[in-house]
Amino acid sequence: MASFKRLGRLGSLYGVLALFALFAAFPFFWMVITSFKRAHDLYTLENNPFLFNEPPTMEHLHGLFFDTLFVKYLVNTVVVGIAVVAITLVVAVPAAYSLARWAGRWGENLGIAIFLTYLVPPTLLFIPLSRVIGALGVQESLWSLILVYPTFTIPFCTWLLMGFFKSIPQDIEEQALVDGYSRFGAMVRIVLPLSISGILTVVVFAFTLSMHEFIYALAFISSSALKTVSIGVPTELVGEFFEWGPLMAGALIPSIPVAFLYTLFLDRFIAGFTVGAIK
Amino acid sequence: MATIKEESTGRLTHIWDSERVLAPVMIAPAILYIAVLVGVPFFLAIYYSLSDATTGDPSLNFVGLRNFLAVLNDSVFRRSLKNTFIFTFVSQLLVLVLAKVLALALIKEFRGKWLVRFLILLPWTAPIALGTIGWLWILDSIFSPIDWVLRYLGLLGAPDAILGTNSNLYWLGVPSLAMLSVIVVHTWRMLPLATVILLAGLTAIPQEILDAAEVDGAGFWRRLFQVMIPLLLPIMTIAVLFGVVFTFTDIAVVYVLTQGGPVHSTQVLASWAFFKGIEAGDLAQGAAVALFLFPVMAGVAALMLRLARRTEVT
Repeated sequence: MASFKRLGRLGSLYGVLALFALFAAFPFFWMVITSFKRAHDLYTLENNPFLFNEPPTMEHLHGLFFDTLFVKYLVNTVVVGIAVVAITLVVAVPAAYSLARWAGRWGENLGIAIFLTYLVPPTLLFIPLSRVIGALGVQESLWSLILVYPTFTIPFCTWLLMGFFKSIPQDIEEQALVDGYSRFGAMVRIVLPLSISGILTVVVFAFTLSMHEFIYALAFISSSALKTVSIGVPTELVGEFFEWGPLMAGALIPSIPVAFLYTLFLDRFIAGFTVGAIK
Repeated sequence: MATIKEESTGRLTHIWDSERVLAPVMIAPAILYIAVLVGVPFFLAIYYSLSDATTGDPSLNFVGLRNFLAVLNDSVFRRSLKNTFIFTFVSQLLVLVLAKVLALALIKEFRGKWLVRFLILLPWTAPIALGTIGWLWILDSIFSPIDWVLRYLGLLGAPDAILGTNSNLYWLGVPSLAMLSVIVVHTWRMLPLATVILLAGLTAIPQEILDAAEVDGAGFWRRLFQVMIPLLLPIMTIAVLFGVVFTFTDIAVVYVLTQGGPVHSTQVLASWAFFKGIEAGDLAQGAAVALFLFPVMAGVAALMLRLARRTEVT
């Protein structure tokens, strides 16, 4: 009896999980199917849409890579991502260290204030920022995104890194000072190498957050060749010819690697979100 | 401790050793960056909203509250304001209930957990604009697989079908269904984040407390409502607050899915500000529309602060 009950419990557990996984992953599953289906198969209403009624094809992938600017969007996304990561590290690492080690009460408040700016929504700022971008002379260039994306990566990453630095015992630095390092030297030579995992987390998040970004790219960039995947795929591929095969492949290909990377680091990200609320 | 090397070397080392100098210097770039690219635009937004700036003629003349009056008299704006609240409220309510169920299931150990986790997290970890394109195709007016299943089951497209004799429901072409679609996509997108936040909270509840409650004879529902939920309240608040922030201010879902249509029935503040401020070039009214996002965000920020303070004290 007992084992039947356990079996039932296990069954309902898997049932619940399967339902949720289906709901969450269905759009991506649908992208996979559509990417490899022949056009004739896709647009025949009588066909069962869940099956391959005709043999799979690579024609959509070929079209996506050779007949559209998709590769260009990927390159733009990576260029912006790397530059944003660099700016974020240069600004956030020292700020977080300073807040974690030297600031007293005011530092704590300053840390919270910096984190709160992460909550100022881009949808509130994009209109004035489009003028600021114009005034700086970087409109219609990837520089506009490279300059603006750190406004949301810096607050979040400073917050995350602050937590990491606080978790490194201060004794280690004091020992380094005794050994003759300067205060700054102790940070660079001793603390940073110990915080590699925290810094890696920040690299991943600065990159994924800038890849996810939509509104700034939509508002600042209108020439096709300068778009990132986040706006290039929905605006250009839909607009150009509205073929679902290449469009789905274009949505799927950038999503999977970034989702994988994000998932690997998610727990640390959540720890940053919930700092203080769990005791 | 910082004086050890001071005697033997010169002033330069002294600077690298002085916390009074280093602390502000190291934090200044972050503050400057945020001040220039968040602070300045924020005040510019307020300034624009009180002016008559357009993309064609960015010279600013002060016009008082004229933009706000014009915006408030606009029925599309009122619709957007209402929709923003409806979409946020309904989707977050759904997210909260579903996330609780999902978190309780995910806390168990089972085989293939990493794969299930990866799949369930996809809506949050993949770029939202791209995920929404998947939905755009799923909700297609002719080739929607949902419609296909309904037709297959005889619920749609047959002479006596419950959902009508048309062969399609036109998900994004009928106002009520378009609103439903936007809500479902928002729920889909925020569910993973809320789930992992709740999961983090659940794992932090000491097992002894739950065991003690069970020993005392509390059943599953009593344990859920009288032990777990009260303990999880702060973390649930965090999950909801982040959900509100992301849903309330989002533009990608509506922009990709419906462009605010049909006939503005799914327009939200963010998308309306974009269409007015960028596409139509009316910077002043666009800024005024976007500023309506601010009170809610300020409220959320205040709540976050209170939570942070409270946990700091304990």
